[in-house]
Amino acid sequence: MVGIVIISHSLKAAEGIKEIAQQMGREVPIVAVGGTEDGDLGTDPLAIKEAIESIGETDGVLLLVDLGSAVMNTQLAIDMLQDELQKRVVLCNAPILEGAVVAAVEAAMGHTLAQVKRAAEEAGQMEKLL
Amino acid sequence: MKVNRDQVVAMIEEMAAAMAQNKEYLTELDSAIGDADHGINMDRGFRKVLEKLPPVADKDIGTIFKNVAMSLISAVGGAAGPLYGTFFMQFGKIAAGKEELTASDIGAMLAAGLEGIKQRGKAVVGEKTMVDALEPAVEAYSAAADAGKDLVECLRAAVAAAEDGKKATIPLVAKKGRAHYLGERSVGHQDPGATSAELLLRAMLKVLES
Ligand SMILES: Nc1ncnc2c1ncn2[C@@H]1O[C@H](COP(=O)(O)OP(=O)(O)OP(=O)(O)O)[C@@H](O)[C@H]1O
Ligand SMILES: [Mg+2]
Repeated sequence: MVGIVIISHSLKAAEGIKEIAQQMGREVPIVAVGGTEDGDLGTDPLAIKEAIESIGETDGVLLLVDLGSAVMNTQLAIDMLQDELQKRVVLCNAPILEGAVVAAVEAAMGHTLAQVKRAAEEAGQMEKLL
Repeated sequence: MKVNRDQVVAMIEEMAAAMAQNKEYLTELDSAIGDADHGINMDRGFRKVLEKLPPVADKDIGTIFKNVAMSLISAVGGAAGPLYGTFFMQFGKIAAGKEELTASDIGAMLAAGLEGIKQRGKAVVGEKTMVDALEPAVEAYSAAADAGKDLVECLRAAVAAAEDGKKATIPLVAKKGRAHYLGERSVGHQDPGATSAELLLRAMLKVLES
């Protein structure tokens, strides 16, 4: 099954998003990471790297980020991964909350990393005000 | 003239001192067009740099700069972390195994550092970022070197160009980073990252002038 890492400037935000997404796929491995080493708002590439490694799934890991340095620090974390894991990790251009919810649904259905990524990215175009 | 390991260590300490002294100033600049944390981020990063410096201070200069990079990457927390982390990582690559640096080594380090920042952040000159200070600085350094100037004169030219580049960010509309969210409202404010970039280069120069 594909796993998901949620990366925010705020650990609280990451954990809250994880909680919401987890309801849609109880068995999907989801990890939340956020904040600096001293607990301020920000992102820490080493913590992101550890979060990715902690998933330990073989079908791949989808990464969802909030903004700014979260993107760059996540790219840096990917660069620091072992080659073998690096190949199974993708950063996705999706809104972090909607993307996480859709990704959890897709991952729970056993879809591939590429399918989960595409679905999460399409969540950005979903009509919210029906 | 060459730069030895002790001078490199002194440069790093001087950079840390500059970030501590300008913590409030950089944060104030970032409060106008960002999230009011650039000075806090840079000071936190360089405090970590100082903490991790003693065990490597007798190693080759490449190892010293790679250590600076890892400290910044792990402790800064904002966009400046991966950017300056990459900058000093490139310094470390060029200086790998070296016990002293020539003027041309430093020129190559600055150029590689800038290239690293541009690859990581995808910014070009004119987007109101640290690249606006660093790119003219690298160009001025290499022009001075081509004209046969010595190391101190090259670095002095780089600092002067960084200062002009920093000031030139004031009328720009931000296209990268947090300030980008402000659009036109970012006009009229100096970019915090361009300001810290100039301060870091100035700290290097200060050691060579003393
Ligand atoms: N993509 C980029 N390329 C080059 N420089 C950038 C980029 N994004 C931001 N910067 C620089 O970083 C400075 C801001 O650094 P700071 O440490 O405050 O990060 P931040 O913007 O608060 O990070 P975050 O994205 O976490 O909010 C800006 O003033 C700008 O010079
Ligand atoms: Mg900031």
